[in-house]
Amino acid sequence: MSHGNTPEKRGDFHGGIHPEQNKLQSTMESSAQARMPAKLVLPLHQHIGAAAEPIIKIGERVLKGQKIASADGYVSAPVHAPTSGKIIDIADYPIPHPSGLSARSIVIETDGCDKWIEYKPEQDYTETNPSHLRNIIREAGVVGLGGAGFPSFIKLNPGSQKKIKTLILNGVECEPYITCDDMLMREEPQSIIAGARIMRHALQADACVIAIEDNKPQAYESICKAAEGIDGLRVALMPTRYPQGSEKQLIQVITGKEVPSNGLAVSIGVVCHNVSTAAAIYRAIHLGQPLVSRMVTITGAAVKRPRNLEVLFGTPIEELLEQCDVESEQIERLVMGGPMMGFALHDTSLPVIKTTNCIIAATRKELGLDRPVMPCIRCGACADVCPVKLLPQQLYWHSRAKEFDKAQAYDLFDCIECGCCSYVCPSNIPLVQFYRFAKGAIWTQEQEQKKSDQARERHEFRQMRVEREKLERAAKRAKKKAPRPKKAAPVDGAKMAEKMRDEAMSQRDSAVDARKAEIQAAVARVQARKKGTATKPDQAADAAAAVTPPKGDVDKKDGSSAAKDSNEQVQ
Amino acid sequence: MLTSILALSALALVFGLILGFAAIRFKVEGDPLVEQIDAQLPQTQCGQCGFPGCRPYAEAIAAEEAQINQCPPGGEATIHALADLLDLEPLPLNPENGAESAKTVAFIDEQTCIGCTLCIQACPVDAILGAAKQMHTIIESECTGCDLCLPPCPVDCIEMIEIKKDMLTWKWPYPQESPPDSRPDSRLEASA
Ligand code: SF4
Ligand code: SF4
Ligand code: SF4
Ligand code: SF4
Repeated sequence: MSHGNTPEKRGDFHGGIHPEQNKLQSTMESSAQARMPAKLVLPLHQHIGAAAEPIIKIGERVLKGQKIASADGYVSAPVHAPTSGKIIDIADYPIPHPSGLSARSIVIETDGCDKWIEYKPEQDYTETNPSHLRNIIREAGVVGLGGAGFPSFIKLNPGSQKKIKTLILNGVECEPYITCDDMLMREEPQSIIAGARIMRHALQADACVIAIEDNKPQAYESICKAAEGIDGLRVALMPTRYPQGSEKQLIQVITGKEVPSNGLAVSIGVVCHNVSTAAAIYRAIHLGQPLVSRMVTITGAAVKRPRNLEVLFGTPIEELLEQCDVESEQIERLVMGGPMMGFALHDTSLPVIKTTNCIIAATRKELGLDRPVMPCIRCGACADVCPVKLLPQQLYWHSRAKEFDKAQAYDLFDCIECGCCSYVCPSNIPLVQFYRFAKGAIWTQEQEQKKSDQARERHEFRQMRVEREKLERAAKRAKKKAPRPKKAAPVDGAKMAEKMRDEAMSQRDSAVDARKAEIQAAVARVQARKKGTATKPDQAADAAAAVTPPKGDVDKKDGSSAAKDSNEQVQ
Repeated sequence: MLTSILALSALALVFGLILGFAAIRFKVEGDPLVEQIDAQLPQTQCGQCGFPGCRPYAEAIAAEEAQINQCPPGGEATIHALADLLDLEPLPLNPENGAESAKTVAFIDEQTCIGCTLCIQACPVDAILGAAKQMHTIIESECTGCDLCLPPCPVDCIEMIEIKKDMLTWKWPYPQESPPDSRPDSRLEASA
């Protein structure tokens, strides 16, 4: 039993910043249940991986916790009904995503009964084998609740050969404003600890460390109390610094080991999960309840009563703001996530999804929008704070000039988009925006390159085939013209074959003629149909005009090549 | 018996020659410059550059018979890449060749398709599946959006559809708030 010991400092990361916390506002009162809205809009893509596939129909009644969309493939997660009600639509709805695009969603009209489906708790998880546990967690739709939304069961699979030494539970919550993990640790430490034990069992991990920053003394107290008497569980209190909660940085601080540049934490025997995810896993295993709600911080200077709410997925953000007494006219920007890594939302009616940890209704003053963007003065402040030890200034120049290969040479893809560099930049340059742009552009280029290589190959293959066929036909024609030998004896197999081939050829030639007639007839039919429906009569006429002169010369050879073409196509 | 042996040997010889000839005729030329230029072209094979495909255009550029600004599907990005490669000044896209437009894929209205195979013959990358008198379908992932299958269709059942942006294909745009400054000079760059 070694909880609550003084921070045992193993490692450290470079740089980092101490932005204004702004966490106090939303922790003044305890969390509350969000009001039940009339309608829930549930996007099918709330996680990393493939979108879920709906398994219900419009008009169907569903119960709380009923699976309404199942995972499509390995990296995917199912979606469950957050309350009882009726499915009223399955269509594209705007989603909370930086693009402002719409995506396929299921809409539930709530009936107010909030009636659960029958669920079955797992009796004793220690008796259950890890792969079965992972399966329950997968079926419960649990994804990383820290913000990334990666399906949790995958990160609970150590793989056959790897031994997991440390399971880290991330309660760092280093980004300003966000307090949902803090609140959960204060109010539900038992669920988190129980979840941690399940995860440890699933991973067969040697030890578990729960990491908390020293700006959350209450959470630390409460977790320590809950962890008392549990072997191999350590609670680490760490000095507050941003971005300590970023996975690679946290692992470095806790274990003293560095995750390789393009490698995963598992490769050094470490797995990292969020504390909220642990609580969700506890509910999935001990209670048998799938993931249907989460804690969301509603804050920002435009909110008069900032606090944390337990919110059903699909709840419109405007209802939450209303419940927290928002001054709508004060909102300059609505942000999902924190001020450092979050993104602006285009609309207050967007739904809360599995990865929504925080909503900030920010005022103009709060955002500091009035600070003008100025030229880079090459002060080097950005490089001093970069936790990955990159050269943000160089990355900026090259991304800005669209010199992507040079940006990559400066390890653009190691950038975790933490925003430390933009934060300290005295010229207020939106550095991270340039990096995001450059990364996206490089991905697009790579995809296009792949596609054009494929097209080149197919085009070259086709040219070769067309030419080969032309030569073959020429050879056959030449052969036909040559005088034929006299009638062969019936026993001569080769001659028989040749004769049959000739016959087949001439049959095909006449077939081609017949087909030409058929095309004409079909065109006429389509024309007639189009005229009949009177939709596009002139187009049909055009088609007819177009077909007669040029298509007339579909001569024998082209016809047979077409037949061959199509044969090869179907293969 | 002898005739059949002769006939077969003759056939074998003819085909052998054909294949040999094809191998020589279509051997990927060893000209590294043409290769490099071709690698920059989008391979849409649409012919808008005025050449029957990307490779002929690459050959023309290599022979200095064509400008680098004639490929609308590649647009600005391709022109810049070619300018870089050949150490030339980038030119604006020649409007005579067309304008850069959104990426599209062909779509066949299967109700109207009469299965004539004419579009199959036109498609430069074999992206259309179908046999005579069967309705045809486009393999979306292979279609380059070259438009070449549209004119031959006698019943006008092929339509070009813009590729829809979704969450997976969406990428962050170029930042709007760009500071008003120029490149650092090389001295600073080298010292950085
Ligand atoms: S902090 Fe800003 S001004 Fe200073 S070097 Fe970096 S980008 Fe330039
Ligand atoms: S955003 Fe990227 S470059 Fe900037 S400090 Fe963070 S990791 Fe470094
Ligand atoms: S215009 Fe561009 S894509 Fe089209 S054939 Fe010419 S080089 Fe290829
Ligand atoms: S299907 Fe049509 S548009 Fe697509 S590549 Fe083939 S000919 Fe071009």
